[in-house]
Amino acid sequence: MSIRHGLLALLERGPRYGSQLRTEFESRTGSTWPLNVGQVYTTLSRLERDGMVAQGGRDEAGHELYTITDAGLAELRTWFEKPVDRTSPARDELAIKLAMAVGAPCVDIRDVIQSQRRHTVKAMQDYTRLKAQALVAVESGGSRERDDVAWLLVLEQLIFQTEAEARWLDHCESRLIRLSALAPTAPASPSASPGASPGASPGASPGASPGASPGASPGASPGASPQAATAPADPADVTTGTPGAR
Amino acid sequence: MSTQQPVLQLQNLTRVHGSGATEVHALRGIDLAVYPGELVAVMGPSGSGKSTLLTIAGGLDTPTSGHVIVENTDITTASVKELAALRRRSIGYVFQDYNLIPALTAAENVALPRELDGTSARKARVEALAALEEMGLGHLADRFPDEMSGGQQQRVAIARALVGDRRLVLADEPTGALDSETGESVLALLRSRCDAGAAGVLVTHEPRFAAWADRVVFLRDGAIVDQTVRSEADSLLSGQVAEA
Repeated sequence: MSIRHGLLALLERGPRYGSQLRTEFESRTGSTWPLNVGQVYTTLSRLERDGMVAQGGRDEAGHELYTITDAGLAELRTWFEKPVDRTSPARDELAIKLAMAVGAPCVDIRDVIQSQRRHTVKAMQDYTRLKAQALVAVESGGSRERDDVAWLLVLEQLIFQTEAEARWLDHCESRLIRLSALAPTAPASPSASPGASPGASPGASPGASPGASPGASPGASPGASPQAATAPADPADVTTGTPGAR
Repeated sequence: MSTQQPVLQLQNLTRVHGSGATEVHALRGIDLAVYPGELVAVMGPSGSGKSTLLTIAGGLDTPTSGHVIVENTDITTASVKELAALRRRSIGYVFQDYNLIPALTAAENVALPRELDGTSARKARVEALAALEEMGLGHLADRFPDEMSGGQQQRVAIARALVGDRRLVLADEPTGALDSETGESVLALLRSRCDAGAAGVLVTHEPRFAAWADRVVFLRDGAIVDQTVRSEADSLLSGQVAEA
């Protein structure tokens, strides 16, 4: 995260002292990324070393003020102009976890997906509630309007990100179901697997044997327990980790 | 919340379509209680039983077994007449395609369920105008559905669902036909009605809209497999430690 550029942007509006920068940074971003004052001063001294800010006098209360230099302004402009790099993605723990869960013997990937989905949707609920409050603040105007708008944008970014993740999880789940349904399997005998026959329950439980506890216990994945129930009917079910998944 | 009676209770609800080889279990033992002031979102892939759940909760379909209790009346054992009265007085339904009556103005649409319930036309109109006003829709009162945007129609439909003493609103993909910003305003209205004491059930496959709910219930193959409750803490995020 670019604290450095964030501070430059705040200094563009006029000279400021360290803890003031910290407060302004946090009110813009709703304390989503809290800064400690030590980080602020460390960053300021590096900026000073690089000639992007200069110490320039004190305010009435005796706080030491920092001012942006021409080099700092140029750096700031470049930062705004240049897109944030998305071509070399940061390591994403969830993507790695799901990649590892494909065919992992110790876990049902659908359980991993569901527990993540619960967590992600809950985070969205929390962000959405904050957003509803932020909207009220923005619509009522007021002296902190610029900060409120900035905070709203940050919150909406968090909502879009979690939404993308929730959608991706839904997609992973249906992808796995489709793949296990498509996998070359011996034709299932109707008595063994009527629920998996197309048309019987579209999109409902292909891959999961209907014999597997209808009305499954809450918390368990629907019609679950693929290792036990479906392995014979679906030799290539990716969720069971049997060969043929790849 | 727990000291209050639920507005809607689903008890061990099952619904089976067809029989024998083509038998489909649309719902398998659903238990759910929705309290006044609560908005519950039901999420799940298509075919998971979301809409079946909602139509049964609203008395538009009957369960194979189990009970649906609305405002202390078991609609699964109610007579046809009782059920009709309950649907007029206690249950509001919001559909994806608004379902306003094209020949009636917004106010007339909202007044309709009250008139059908025996309220005088004049009183029904007063109630309808009050409901529209309360939801910030007073300026739409005399417009016909085709003179309103989709978002406005859907907000009028919510007013219709909650006019009078009704405090249960069942919304089936209410944002499905709307762009994302308009959908959001519809959700904000639904949310505010629940904050004002209504009980809402929202069926959606959009996580962003489900996130307006107090509780999100995940449906898979006709069963509730999981649910989430939003945090009560007011200091969300602020207590978080910066990530390294």
